Amino acid sequence: MKLVVTVMLKAGVLDPQGKAIGQALTGLGFEGVGEVRVGKRIELELAETDPVAAEAAGAEMARKLLANMVIESFKVEVA
Amino acid sequence: MAKKINQALAREFGLSADEYQRVLDIMGRTPSLTELGVFSVMWSEHCSYKSSRVWLKTLPTKAPWVIHGPGENAGVVDIGDGMAAVFKMESHNHPSFIEPYQGAATGVGGILRDVFTMGARPVANLNALRFGDPSLPRTKRVVDGVVRGIGGYGNCVGVPTVGGEINFHPSYNGNPLVNAMTVGVLDKTRIFLSAAAGIGNPVVYVGSKTGRDGIHGATMASAEFAADSGEKRPTVQVGDPFVEKLLIEACLELMATDAIVAIQDMGAAGLTSSSVEMAGKGGVGIQLDLDAVPQRETDMTAYEMMLSESQERMLMVLRPDRQDLARAIFDKWDLDFAVIGHITDTGRIVVTHKGITEADIPLDPLAEQAPLYHRPTVETPKPASLGPVADPVGIVPALLKLIGCPDLCSRAWVTNQYDSTVGGQTVKRPGAADAAVVKLDGFNRALAITTDCTPRYVAADPEMGGMQAVAETWRNLTAVGARPLAITDNMNFGNPEKPEIMGQFAAAIRGMSKACIALDYPVVSGNVSLYNETEGKGILPTPAIGGLGVLDDAHDAIGIGLKPGMGLVLIGTIRGHLGQSLWLREIAGQEAGAPPPVDLAAERSIGDFVRGRILAGAVQACHDISDGGLLVAIAEMAMAGNTSVSLEAAPGEIAPHAWWFGEDQGCYIVSVLDPSAFIVEATVADLPTRLIGHTQASGTGGAGLKFKDGATISMQDLRAEHDRFFPEWMN
Amino acid sequence: MRAAIVVFPGINRERDMAIALERATGHKPRLVWHKETALDGIDLVVLPGGFSHGDYLRCGAMAAQAPIMAAIRTHAERGGHVMGVCNGFQILTEAGLLPGALLRNASLRFLSQDCHLRVERADTAFACHYQSGQVFRAPMAHGDGNYFADDDTLDRLEGEGLVAFRYATPEGTIDRAANLNGSARNIAGIYASNLRVLGLMPHPEDLVDPLMGGTDGKPLFDGLTQALAAA
Repeated sequence: MKLVVTVMLKAGVLDPQGKAIGQALTGLGFEGVGEVRVGKRIELELAETDPVAAEAAGAEMARKLLANMVIESFKVEVA
Repeated sequence: MAKKINQALAREFGLSADEYQRVLDIMGRTPSLTELGVFSVMWSEHCSYKSSRVWLKTLPTKAPWVIHGPGENAGVVDIGDGMAAVFKMESHNHPSFIEPYQGAATGVGGILRDVFTMGARPVANLNALRFGDPSLPRTKRVVDGVVRGIGGYGNCVGVPTVGGEINFHPSYNGNPLVNAMTVGVLDKTRIFLSAAAGIGNPVVYVGSKTGRDGIHGATMASAEFAADSGEKRPTVQVGDPFVEKLLIEACLELMATDAIVAIQDMGAAGLTSSSVEMAGKGGVGIQLDLDAVPQRETDMTAYEMMLSESQERMLMVLRPDRQDLARAIFDKWDLDFAVIGHITDTGRIVVTHKGITEADIPLDPLAEQAPLYHRPTVETPKPASLGPVADPVGIVPALLKLIGCPDLCSRAWVTNQYDSTVGGQTVKRPGAADAAVVKLDGFNRALAITTDCTPRYVAADPEMGGMQAVAETWRNLTAVGARPLAITDNMNFGNPEKPEIMGQFAAAIRGMSKACIALDYPVVSGNVSLYNETEGKGILPTPAIGGLGVLDDAHDAIGIGLKPGMGLVLIGTIRGHLGQSLWLREIAGQEAGAPPPVDLAAERSIGDFVRGRILAGAVQACHDISDGGLLVAIAEMAMAGNTSVSLEAAPGEIAPHAWWFGEDQGCYIVSVLDPSAFIVEATVADLPTRLIGHTQASGTGGAGLKFKDGATISMQDLRAEHDRFFPEWMN
Repeated sequence: MRAAIVVFPGINRERDMAIALERATGHKPRLVWHKETALDGIDLVVLPGGFSHGDYLRCGAMAAQAPIMAAIRTHAERGGHVMGVCNGFQILTEAGLLPGALLRNASLRFLSQDCHLRVERADTAFACHYQSGQVFRAPMAHGDGNYFADDDTLDRLEGEGLVAFRYATPEGTIDRAANLNGSARNIAGIYASNLRVLGLMPHPEDLVDPLMGGTDGKPLFDGLTQALAAA
């Protein structure tokens, strides 16, 4: 079973990379670009076949390693 | 995979009709696809040096302190105290144009492996970089990517990046040069070589897994090769500095034992060149079983595995009774370790995969019958010497423009992205001295290291330019107080099939040889990169030289930064040579004339004298005169030491702009407490000197440079101009 | 003082740290592999700089899960001294031994240059050979040194006097220009509540020898050696 874990900086944590991308897009002439946030997408192949159990395992992995709960939040989806 | 093996396919693989015929003669049959792949990479310009070998052979490579010259993974020189330095410079030009970050990063990774494969711990990295016209957006992207790539890899592996050089010229617009140099140190009795030995000994693969990275472009473009080739065959090799760091530590740990018989990194043409070279040098045969090769991707063919350029891999021949010990070390570092074959007495390389013999080639003819070309050469016409050129702007504005121009401005924006202090042995950081100085951990001894080349001189007069490049590195080492030992060369030229390009190559080698002989400063390693062109036109010929010297005591090393209360003395002769100078290009808008001549006898006697005075403790700071001439050198010394200088007048017999900005060779500026004593000693040695100024403390907002006629330039203005270009350009 | 340096895969300033510690203590520190599980008889545990696990995922995230971390935690709970420099600081925050996190430098570029640090308090084992308010120079070499914590945490750190060092001008002014990586409130280093766990981004260990450009970092090691001599 494939899991997708998306990790994003929490709202309120400055994202200089997002800011730089926003500025670059504006510089390229894309109008109306508001806040840009950059995150990570982590794809995991699991032996688990039960989606609920897989999601729970993914959340545990995220809390323990994939995300830093001081600055990041995460979302787990079964692909 | 029903690919017809014929001359047309051989051509796609880069083999000429003659070369393919030679393959048929050696094999006595039509080669398999894998065999054709092996021949094509072993006989490529990159691996066989087929266009350059006849000229490279003429370079001087011996000296009593040379332990290994060209032919090994890197050169090795004795540096005293039972230690040796291992060093080499190598290009990664084409990959850096396609993908600047990864191209530069894998360039750093590759040269590091060349050095630690010999048993040396890498202690310093340098980079000689050439980029196109800075006004092009593409150039900016390339510079940004290359700088990030060098930093991204070098910083992570924990080898300090301590020096290098950057030039800009439109001839590099479509072909930047990324030449990476690594220096390592080892106990001179513990040098590891690549010649395989011991019939039956295991051949062991360690490091990263093999994927389809960097397999020859020509074959990838072949549509019928595989229907789904698009996504499966990335051309860009991706570096993994973390694995490289583990590989360094694991290899050095294994090298402390007696397990290794031979070792070679898998560089260009990966498994093919490493296995062929190891067996060939050892005069043995090698049997490889590709089923055992650690693979990152599924369904890889023998051809793909033999030609893959996946990074961070090494091949070793081990003592059979030490195999378990070796495996335990690589397990500890979480690296792949696989026995993929053994040494045989057949003199052949035999490759099997899934029970099928995919290649069976005799090694001797593969090496001995490799093509060797005496390509036609045409000498570059001697340039007309430059007539008098009037000064259009005056001395002060010219200086401010020159120290701010892309070729001379501060490199801090670049070097501040490279970790230059990791290791805790960096005595002279980038910009602090004419050469980087790195101490040997546990010894007083230090290495001095520099790279240099002035491509516009080489283009105008390849022989003189080649000579100048060698002499300038020798001068850089001398200026910190080091005894120059040897060089590595990275010959970047255009298409060797054009006689005028081959003429440049041959003449540059001639000039380099003369300088090496006169300065007792042989070539111990090197690399050739040909076919460097922008829109069909060759780059400026660029024989980049990496020089290495030694200081018996690191405390003797001096930099360029001035201190107050000193006299500045010029040693050497300034005639005001403006041909091919930066002043001529940046201020008068011309690239013309002959480059400044190098007088090798004067070079040697002046350099030996300067070094003697530095080691006697009589010199506070020293800087050689190079790009931009005397006044640029003085301004650099003033800024580096935050000390102001009152200058003496220019001599009447030379036009002031020629005096201040001429690029005459073989000259140094020394800062000494007692200029009269220095001048007397130089005069006794029959060497030309001239007092050119005195130093004073620079108060806040104080004058940086004061001319005899009362004109001044403040330190603040000097710095503002010097520091502006890179940050403004990049932000 | 018996010191140990923890070696995680990808660490690269362990030798620099060993040299600085040996200069101060007169003997070589113990090197402890990250898969070890005991730190017996050790007074000071140092987590050095480098790129543990390649800095992949997040700097320090994977090292914070290493087997040795339990022993480090126990050592800290017993009141033992711990110092994390650069990647070591990142590992300590990832492990929750220090609050906050280190984000990418505001410039998005690796920073390798000297910075100046103002000593915020001198009554700790780490800073006892400096004066409070003293400014010293140290090389920085990092891509992710931008200290972040929420306002409550920052207020608490300041309120409890747990800020160890701040980025300053050579004259000691705390301003934006001196704050090269964009850290919250110019914070370069912090203590845990008991003042025995220190994390800092710059490298005092690379400035302990006049030959390498200065000795500004030496008091930190001399101070530790003296303070922990009786421990």
